[in-house]
Amino acid sequence: MNNTSTLHELTLAQLATQLRQRKVSALETAQHFLKRVQANASLGAFLDLNEEATLAQARAADAVLAAGNASAPLLGVPVAHKDIFVTRDFVSTAGSRMLAGYRSPFDATVVAKLASQGVVTLGKLNCDEFAMGSANENSAFGPVRNPWDITRVPGGSSGGSAAAVAARLVPGATGTDTGGSIRQPASFCGITGIKPSYGRASRYGMVAFASSLDQAGPLARTAEDCALLLSAMCGPDPERDSTSLDVPAEDFTVSLNASLAGLRIGVPAEFFGAGLASDVRAAVDGALKEYEKLGARLVPISLPRTELSIPVYYIIAPAEASSNLSRFDGVKFGHRAAHYSDLTDMYKKTRAEGFGDEVKRRIMIGTYVLSHGYYDAYYLQAQKIRRMIADDFQQAFKLCDLIAGPVAPSVAWKLGEKSADPVAAYLADIFTLPASLAGLPGMSLPVGFGAGQMPVGMQLIGNYLQESRLLNAAHRFQQATAWHLARPHGF
Amino acid sequence: MSLSAADIARIANLARLELKPIESERMLSQINGFFDLVEKMRAVDTTGLEPLAHPMASVDDIALRLCEDRVTESDNREANQRNAPAVEKGLFLVPKVIE
Amino acid sequence: MASGQAARVLNMNTSQSTLVHGYEVVIGFETHAQLSTQSKIFSRAATAFGAAPNTQACAVDLALPGTLPVMNKGAVERAIEFGLAVGAHIAPRSIFARKNYFYPDLPKGYQISQFEIPVVQGGAVEFFLGDQKRSVRLVRAHLEEDAGKSLHEDFVGQTGIDLNRAGTPLLEIVTEPDMRSSDEAVAYARELHKIVTWIGICDGNMQEGSFRCDANVSVRRPGQPLGTRREIKNLNSFKFMQQAIDFEVRWQIERIEDGHAIEQATVLFNPDTGETRAMRSKEDAADYRYFPDPDLPPLVIADEWVQRVRSDMTELPRVMAQRFMLDYGLPEYDAAMLTQSRAMASYFEATSQACRQAKLASNWIMGELSRRLNADEIDITQAPLRAAQLAQLISRIADSTISNSAARQVFDALWLDPSADVDQEIEARGLTQLNDSGELEKIVDAAVAANPKNVEEYKAGNSKALNALVGQIMKGSKGKANPQQVNELLRKKLD
Repeated sequence: MNNTSTLHELTLAQLATQLRQRKVSALETAQHFLKRVQANASLGAFLDLNEEATLAQARAADAVLAAGNASAPLLGVPVAHKDIFVTRDFVSTAGSRMLAGYRSPFDATVVAKLASQGVVTLGKLNCDEFAMGSANENSAFGPVRNPWDITRVPGGSSGGSAAAVAARLVPGATGTDTGGSIRQPASFCGITGIKPSYGRASRYGMVAFASSLDQAGPLARTAEDCALLLSAMCGPDPERDSTSLDVPAEDFTVSLNASLAGLRIGVPAEFFGAGLASDVRAAVDGALKEYEKLGARLVPISLPRTELSIPVYYIIAPAEASSNLSRFDGVKFGHRAAHYSDLTDMYKKTRAEGFGDEVKRRIMIGTYVLSHGYYDAYYLQAQKIRRMIADDFQQAFKLCDLIAGPVAPSVAWKLGEKSADPVAAYLADIFTLPASLAGLPGMSLPVGFGAGQMPVGMQLIGNYLQESRLLNAAHRFQQATAWHLARPHGF
Repeated sequence: MSLSAADIARIANLARLELKPIESERMLSQINGFFDLVEKMRAVDTTGLEPLAHPMASVDDIALRLCEDRVTESDNREANQRNAPAVEKGLFLVPKVIE
Repeated sequence: MASGQAARVLNMNTSQSTLVHGYEVVIGFETHAQLSTQSKIFSRAATAFGAAPNTQACAVDLALPGTLPVMNKGAVERAIEFGLAVGAHIAPRSIFARKNYFYPDLPKGYQISQFEIPVVQGGAVEFFLGDQKRSVRLVRAHLEEDAGKSLHEDFVGQTGIDLNRAGTPLLEIVTEPDMRSSDEAVAYARELHKIVTWIGICDGNMQEGSFRCDANVSVRRPGQPLGTRREIKNLNSFKFMQQAIDFEVRWQIERIEDGHAIEQATVLFNPDTGETRAMRSKEDAADYRYFPDPDLPPLVIADEWVQRVRSDMTELPRVMAQRFMLDYGLPEYDAAMLTQSRAMASYFEATSQACRQAKLASNWIMGELSRRLNADEIDITQAPLRAAQLAQLISRIADSTISNSAARQVFDALWLDPSADVDQEIEARGLTQLNDSGELEKIVDAAVAANPKNVEEYKAGNSKALNALVGQIMKGSKGKANPQQVNELLRKKLD
């Protein structure tokens, strides 16, 4: 077989082609990436490996490829899964001590869908505990480091996914996005990531954080790669997930190359206010000019309740999480305290030991806003404003086809920099929260570099079920520019 | 909106979380800081608005999907109990519950 | 009943309440009926009773990480059937909510239930209390999931949790506090039990926990506002319901008389001691932090579905009772008694249609047959006497072949030996009635001649003296004389 030493330089699409053309085997591919993972353990991106299982899957893919009727586009391609997705062959921790060593008896639907198409699971990726965090510093199993600068955070909560892809430890990864947890780490790590419309991908097997917000999505180095993965991940799951949309699976690669002439790109004034760092603004402005060159027209729009999305999100998400996390009680699975006096004490100590600080904080907030006397003023009020935010987007989409803006107010910060005031960190989610609340699809693609030569991502937000349009816009941009081709030194 | 230490204790109890005194203090100031963030939200006039429970409900009528009443799950006790902290004779064991 | 009508049914309890030591008793019920679906309400694990622990608890039932609820259509359909049976309003759109609390038999740490908008609203349950017609208004009925079971006895210092039952669909049926006595409460519970088993949505097996009642009981001086209520939980037999309520009422009255206030509490009934006792207080029991379950979009029930269910539904007991009154000319009370179960109703119809004697059939079924069933502790479906046989027996009474008392002997014989034949038994026991008027006249004349004293007394105005004469005649004829004819002949002779 050919020299496999540069397999990690290939995009996922290119690798898939090589596999299909039998220029390289799935087994060699898996072995190559496993070596890279092991060689870069200091990044902290991976939590669990199972070489035996991975290679078995690779061999199975090779058998199908050899038989010659390979129709699945991703046969033999290695992908790693965020540890929020439960898997039978790998431990699933959701980044928490509460689930240390947990072996799920079933695979998440998204994992099973990818596996059924011949995708090889390389391992499980580190993340913020129960997907709560924006820097991957809240994992019980250590932080993840940004490959562009290992003294900086990779973003969160899918920090492991973003770091692994950026460092070319895997050509593609799954992540989850509740308030920006795919888009923001993709931005911080200079890669591409997309959160589809709420309900596009099944949530069955995703350890639940905020039920009305959680969505699965891919991270990879190009829009085309993301389109391939997203197509394989999405689809209705009527027997398992009641919030899964009754919308047929779609091939998001079909219109990747469509022309952008006449595309109206809405630019929300509220996304370019005083809080936006100048280096980020410069990179995003540059990208918008590039879009104009590609034939798009910029349209000023307003999303007046952008700022309100912070309290609204941080009422709704913790409320739902506080309830979703009640199942972690030391009775059926997971951690149980070693010493306790009675049942109530067992619950309290188990949960105190099993959960990290951020998780406890959000459980407390969530419990409070649902408690007697506060429900109307907080939770109900937040859900009503949520409707206003969703309506604002519909108003905006009358004037434009998609919305563009920054992903985060700054580039990745230093490890430990924001841990002193965790609540202040919530403010940095301002640009990603609105699309989450409305359930709209949103993606991040790299558009330049900022302070400390750290990557800057731009966000594209589409109307419901318009993932193709987003991926098309990102793909055409990537054909005309080279930001997505840059790679961190040493990887 | 300002919480007191008693509120923290009550919520921690509701959530079955044991907090050490220093944790409780920290939690109190962090949560109060959080609620400062939230005050603006309370002032918004939302009269006549329905809450948005399912995100797509803003553009579509989302209804609960109904499944056929059929048994498709068989006994998988061993795998399901694999991660249990305490099991005996197929039962999950917990400290004795007094009614 | 059209929706809305039930709500306007007058509360018929206002006539006279049965006061206890001068206190009025106020009772409301919450009943949890397990719905007879094959699979659970939010998962496709089996609901069959009696499986080995945790063999019918799938990943969803165990709340394993990543699991989500999916709705059982059969549970919804049964809720619609119930709503129609009690004349309630079926909500076109209802919401599932999470009821949050920690307990080992509650795997998710919350129960999926319905809070602000339940699937069934209003309705009423009508029944007879003695010969008085009563109606208890329903507030609502909603769908929710059952919890698992705790086993306390088998382990030292520990409790064993079996989650097989977790996720079994329940319909929680809530009444207004319309009941005024334990008798009424039990009559209501029996009627509700009949309704849910009649329409086939619940197997009604109380020993297995398919039908569990919580009784909210309070007392007050007539005219005073409602007293504080205590809730007696998990009553799973009618006998216990009666005992528990009676004890609770006496206990509350004693407390009040002793100068204590009644504190709201949840209590358990101990069948061994016959007493109710407050449970260990569940801290923060009231703060369930209800919110709409984000995993379940609203339950939408189109009117077409309701109409389809309505047209497919089995004839309801009340409708059938009306039909019995109309078609068979039965009084309301009889019709109500005969429609206490589908089995009894069909037994009656089979008997009646075979012998064309509806009232006699009703009398025999409600009377002798029911007595024997109770004595032998069996159900009408296990009655050794088939409807055809009873019909034949009744025909022989109707055509005067045998008298009523002779019929009872035949009945007894058939009960013990179902293979016996009615006519053969009549023959074998020589029970054929003497109906020939010529023969009877001779016997009557003989008796009149032989008992002049009785004749005198009768003519003097003592009507009872006639009975003595009839008695003599019956004895003389070895019971074969047709008593009605004898009576007629005597009067003809003596008047």
